[in-house]
Parts: sequence; structure tokens; C-alpha cells
Amino acid sequence: MHAPTVQRRLKHLLWRAGFGPDAAEWPTWIQRPEKAWWPLLRQQSAEEPGELWVTDDVVRGLFMGIGEFARLEELTPEERRSRRAQSRDLLQSLNLSWLEEMVLSQAQLREKVALFWHGHFASRNFNIVFQQDLLHIIRTHALDNFGDLLRAVSKSAAILAFLNNQQNRKGKPNENFAREVMELFTLGRGHYTETDVKEAARAFTGWGFDLKGQFVFRQNQHDRGIKTVLGHTGRFDGDDVLDILLEQRQTACFIAQKMYRFFVNDEQVPEERVLWLGNRFYDSGYDIGRLLEDIFTAEWFYDEENIGHQIKSPVVLWVGLRRTLPLTLDDPEAQLLLQRALGQVLFFPPNVAGWPGGRTWIDTTTLMLRLRLPHILAASDAIDLGTDNDDDIAMGQGRAGRLRRRLGAELHWEPLAETFAQVPSDELLPTLAHYLWQTPVAKERLAIVQKHTHSLTREQLLQTATLQLMATPEYQLC
Amino acid sequence: MLIRRRTFLKTASLAAASLYLPRFLQAHARPAALPNRGKVLVVVQLSGGNDGLNTVVPIGNDIYYRERPRIAIKAAHALPLTAEAALHPALAGLKRLYDDGHLAVLHNVGYPNPDRSHFRSMDIWHSASPASEYWHTGWIGRYLDAHCPSKPCQAPALELGDAISLALKGQQRKGIALREPAELYAAIRSAYFAEYAAAAPVAPSDTPLAYLQKTMADAIASAEYIFKKSGVKPSTANYPDTPLGRQLRTVASLILGEADTVVYYLSLGSFDTHINQPMQHQRLLSQLDAALAAFAADLKAQGRWSDVLVMTFSEFGRRVSQNASGGTDHGTANLMFFLGGALRRPGLLNALPDLNDLDQGDLKFTTDFRQAYATVLERWLETHSQPILGQAFELLDFL
Repeated sequence: MHAPTVQRRLKHLLWRAGFGPDAAEWPTWIQRPEKAWWPLLRQQSAEEPGELWVTDDVVRGLFMGIGEFARLEELTPEERRSRRAQSRDLLQSLNLSWLEEMVLSQAQLREKVALFWHGHFASRNFNIVFQQDLLHIIRTHALDNFGDLLRAVSKSAAILAFLNNQQNRKGKPNENFAREVMELFTLGRGHYTETDVKEAARAFTGWGFDLKGQFVFRQNQHDRGIKTVLGHTGRFDGDDVLDILLEQRQTACFIAQKMYRFFVNDEQVPEERVLWLGNRFYDSGYDIGRLLEDIFTAEWFYDEENIGHQIKSPVVLWVGLRRTLPLTLDDPEAQLLLQRALGQVLFFPPNVAGWPGGRTWIDTTTLMLRLRLPHILAASDAIDLGTDNDDDIAMGQGRAGRLRRRLGAELHWEPLAETFAQVPSDELLPTLAHYLWQTPVAKERLAIVQKHTHSLTREQLLQTATLQLMATPEYQLC
Repeated sequence: MLIRRRTFLKTASLAAASLYLPRFLQAHARPAALPNRGKVLVVVQLSGGNDGLNTVVPIGNDIYYRERPRIAIKAAHALPLTAEAALHPALAGLKRLYDDGHLAVLHNVGYPNPDRSHFRSMDIWHSASPASEYWHTGWIGRYLDAHCPSKPCQAPALELGDAISLALKGQQRKGIALREPAELYAAIRSAYFAEYAAAAPVAPSDTPLAYLQKTMADAIASAEYIFKKSGVKPSTANYPDTPLGRQLRTVASLILGEADTVVYYLSLGSFDTHINQPMQHQRLLSQLDAALAAFAADLKAQGRWSDVLVMTFSEFGRRVSQNASGGTDHGTANLMFFLGGALRRPGLLNALPDLNDLDQGDLKFTTDFRQAYATVLERWLETHSQPILGQAFELLDFL
């Protein structure tokens, strides 16, 4: 087996540490020496991210204080329905705004890592203000310190509400939050006992949020007694428990392992390598940027078994496609339908454990839609879906019937045409294949693609070859 | 929309579409599969949380009438099953099936530590996990994993809809979603895809690339198979012109065409009746009733009703008390229907909900839903339930 080419290595980094190469920037990227790649990615994400607010002060006011369903019940049915509809619309705007950011932002690393945290700190909450605040926390802390991120997320209204900590009171504990903090956010299953969960839940009593969605510590609901968590005993509160969890090396190893699966390889995970990453992460005081650097600058990152072996998530597939082949859409909201049809809607993880990823993205329906997607775009065709109302939001009031959205995509071929302008026509197809695919390019496959490519004009060749190369199993991988 | 937009590249539109006309594959014959006159399971999901108490009404219970002054079904309107229980007036077809011994009702079905969130509770019903665990495979999917290696399966599980539910996703095998056999076939039928899928693999069989190619080949083969089977002996019976009616007609056609499909999965909703429940509930139950009655009559006439088991479920029931909006809020335990020509024990299978013994206003479950699954797996699909459900459950006697 020969070493991957420089082009394949660079694309590997750009796909994993971001959403793939941007058509217009690619020629500049490929000129850069390899040692400049990672520092540049870091630098492009150095700035504090802009806020993705979709609510103004008026809307914020409307949603303040109705984070809890109990309060929502105090509204009239009419008010409730309109509030939910408004929240749903704004959540869709937030979804699309973030998607645009992923496509267009220079801060590829930050947005990609934020997508990782979005799945790690999974939360479904109909309150747009809470979701917006949580996204901001995640994007702000994405590359900084995991301890700070964990504390900020654990005190966010979205997470406290989703995991029922408002109902966690002295003498009447609700263990949901304490359990998920250990199982999903820090230690992972099997590294704590049921007693640890019960004791930690007591420490988190009184943690809640006020009408503005701000964290509050309700002293009168807090259990001041002595607790024993993971071998430590004291009059702990929630902050103490988070400190204890961060003291565990297992937390660093759990995060390192999850990041390895997300950024490197979700099927083959060498234990000693993850242990090495976890220990260095722990010793750095949970510096996320350092952990990412350890991953993305390691020589094993470019091992053949790690390249072209990851099934792109629906969001990565779609954002990556838009970066490769810039397009404008008549109906940007059709992208929400596309997310749903492909099985990943931002802000709607399947459960608190987030998206399982890997081969679970694929079934016959989602794969065939993925394969047909380039055709649908080129033909400016529609995506057609039945309404599958989310009852958590629609409360049974969603309209029945079919949803049919025309993407109305206009494809902009100039960047690709320019990038490959110097390539002779008879080499264009293999050149494009090496650009668009991360798996080894098999001659037999190229022969099939060639057969179904039109080459009357150079323009036609570029376009049909690109679309056909994207309509393959190979293109689903990065 | 409040999307912050940036300037996109502006270029003249190229008529890419006209350059790009997929050439369609000529349909070619496949070897005929073995005739399958085996048993079929049809799952009907009542999405949104069906109100069980207004579906099978406890007409002899004062607490029921006291707690639901606005929305209770009057005994005089309901269709009596026993002195204590009666069906919602919209369920006349189910009443006839009950009288014929083709309907069984299982009350108080649920699970420990019930979750009142739609999506989480649905997740639990689909995966059959304990409430404290998150599984990413479904119970029918795991059945496919266990069942398919031993038999050639072209289309072992079909979902009539746009996407495959978690219930039908196994580790290795997954169900297939379709709205209509012809539509599925047309969408997939392309010479390019066919050639691509049929080509020799270029990657080792355990790689994601090989997995994708195999899934692609399966999808194409299954779409063609389903399309063919749906045309062998299409149902000519009358079905109501509703989505569920049309879907059940497709199911009937595939059963009559002897497709090798073992599980069909359909959904009806939304039963999330927080507001003005009576009208919405009446409409949905009428749709359910008319479609199921037509399906039963069709298969009876064709001599296949004894090969079919229909099972309904919902992610949870609703609170005993009505709310202030003429509706009901999320509850816990609920009822399941089982329909078919081969029920070992039809009728009311267990006691009606005990409205004197509630958990903060909600019904307490007495039967774990996984007991129903285990019974269906063992006695209908004839497989071992323990490897699929992760533990052994006491079986029920309706099969």
C-alpha cells in the first residue's frame, strides 16, 4: 500500500476538521506546505464566534418564563399554540443560520467541533431562547476548556429543563440530570454506581433557572446534607460534583474516545491510542484545542484505515456538497425537509444520547436519497415528504397532508471549472474523482461513471462527471 | 425567515438539468422467490398518544365520568363489549371483529418509570429498551438480524411511509420504507445505479464502502421485487380513500402477491389531543376503523385473514382527568389491540384500568409492552424472543 497523496491528506484534514474543501479556496490551500495546514485551521477559528441570534428582545420577552411546561399550561390554548408555532419557526431559522455558517464560515474547525458538542450535549427543547443560548455556549467554548464548557452547559436552561433538574428538590430528588451528566457528558456507562447517581442528584438539588433562562441556585430547595460521590465525601453542591467528575481521568478518556470516533474512525478505535490522548487531555487541564491538535497532527491520523472510511453525517454531506459545488436555493427552508429525510435535523437529536452516527445513518431509503440528491439538485427537482409532525412541538395540531418542497437549486460551476481549467479533457474525469472521492479511485468504477457521462462539450463533461461522481457510494465517505 | 444571508456567487444559470437525463433500466426478470404463505405481522402505530380510556370506554365506572365531564363517551353512544366496557362509537368495524372473535384488547400496557415525552417514549417502544437505556436498534430490526441470515429475504420488513422508523432498524438488516411500490421502483430505476450496484466490489467486505454498495444493491433488488409482487394479484376490494386505507390496500396486495415480507409497519396520527379532543379523536378512530375493517374483509374473502396479525400501539395513554381545553394531557399506561383470524384468545384479555389506584393521576401499568412483543415473536413469528429483547418476558395467552 502506498502513502496517500498530498491532495488526499489535505482533503482528509479539511473533511474531518471542517466540512470539506471550499471550491474557491482549494487552489490556495493545495499550494500551502503541509506544516502550515493545522496552524491555519486553528487561526481561522481563533476569533470568538458571532452570535446566531434569531430572536429580538420582544421575542425573548415572550418566551421568558415559559420554559417549563407547567408554566406553559397557564397560558390559554390559543396562546400556547401560537407560542409553540412561533418557537418552531424560530428554531428553523436558527437551524438554517447555523447551516449557512457551516457552509460559509472561515472558522471551519470551530463549527465542526461545535457540531460534535451539539450531539454530545444533546437537548431537545421547544423554547427557542434556551436553544439559542445553548448553541452560543457550545460555539463559544468549542475549542477552549472542557471544564468551562461542561459547567456552562450544565447551568444552561436548555439542559436543566430537558433533564428535569427544575424538579430536583431536597427530599424529592429527580435523578435524570445527575445520571446523564455522568453517563453521557463525563464518565460513560460503567464508571459510576447507582449510589453515585443518587448522591450526585442530591448535590444538584436547587439548580434551576429563572424566568429569563438564567441559572439560579435555589438555596431553600438544596439538600445540605453530606453526600458520597465516587469515593469523595462532603457537603457537596453541584459545582463540587462537576469538580469531582473532572478529577476523574476516565472523563478525559471518555471524551478523547468519543472525539476519536467522531473525527478519526468510528469503527476501529485502538485502545492505547485513545488512552494516550485521554491522558494528555487530562494533563493539559482539559484543553480541547490541545486534544484536537494531538489528533490532527498525529501521523496515524493519515493512516490508510482512517481515510475514506467515515460515512458522512447528513449535515456533513449536505454542507460539504454546498462547499464543493456552490449553489443558491429558491427555497432555503427545503433544507429542513432534506435534513429530516436524511435522518439528522439540527436541534432534534433522536434522544439524549445524540446521533449514534456511522452505519446508522444508512438504510435503503436514506442511501437512495443521498445517491439521487445530485440528480435532484441538477434537475431542480422537489423533495417530497409526508408530514411527520413532531408531537412534542405541534401538540397534535400539525396539519396533515404532504410536504413537497422544491429546492430550486441553481448550481454555480465557475469555481470548479476554474480550479480544473488546465486539466486536459481526457484527464478531467479521473482528476475530478480524485478530488471528490476519499476512497481509492478504482479504474472499474471510473469506467462506469464515464459511460454515464456526457462529453459533447467541456462544460457538459465537467458537470455530468461531477454530478455522477457525487451520485455514488464513494461520495458518501470521507 | 430571519436568516442572516450573505452574498452568494452570482452566475448565469446553466441548464444542467437538460444535460442530465437518467436513462432508465429495462426491467429484467429475476428468479422467482419461493412462495411464502407464512404469517404476517402488521403493526399500526397510533402516533401522539392515543386516549385509551376513550377508545375502550369504562362505561360502568363513575370515576371516569366524574373526571371527564366534558369529553367522556356516554354509555348510550358507545358500542358495548361487556357490561363494563364499550368501544368508541367510531369503531363499528372493530365491534364486528370483536363479535366474530377476531379482536383482542390488552389493557394497562406500559413500562416502569414511564416517560411523558412523545419522542422518548416512542423511542422506548421502538427499541424495546428499559426506560433508563438508549438503544439505537429496534425490536423488529433485531428480529430481522436474527431471522434473515437463515432465509433469503428480499423485503422482510416494509414501512409504509417516508422514512424507516427506529423499530425496523437492526444492526445488520433494516426495513425498507415506501409510499407506493411503483413510486419506489421509479425513483431507484436507473441504468447508472443498476450498473454501479452490480459491479464487482472494490473494497473488502467489512469496509463502509462495501456496506454502502451492498445496501445500494439491496435497495434496487428490493424495489424491483416489491413492485413485481404488488402487481401479481393486486387487491380489488374497496378501501376508504385515506392514507391508511391506501396503505393497507398496498399491504393486502403484497400479501396476496405472496411477497416474503413478514412485518408491515404503518402509522396514523396525530392522537395528541390536548385541545378539543372529541372531534379529532372521532376522526382518527373512524379512519382507523374503516381501514382495518376493509383490510380484514379483503383478506377474509381471499382466505388469508388467518395468516395475519394486526397489532396497534401508542407511545403512551393520556391522563384520566380531562384538561381545561376539552382535551387530555400525556399519560402513561395504555391499551393495545390485536386483530386477526387466528387469535387463540380473543376478547378482553385482562382487567380494565383501575381508576381507584392511580399514580399522580395516571394509570399504573400491569403488563409490560415487551410481554406483548415477546408473545408475538415467540408465538407468531416463531423465534426466540430473549436474544431480541435482551431478557425473557412472561408470555401472554392471546396467541
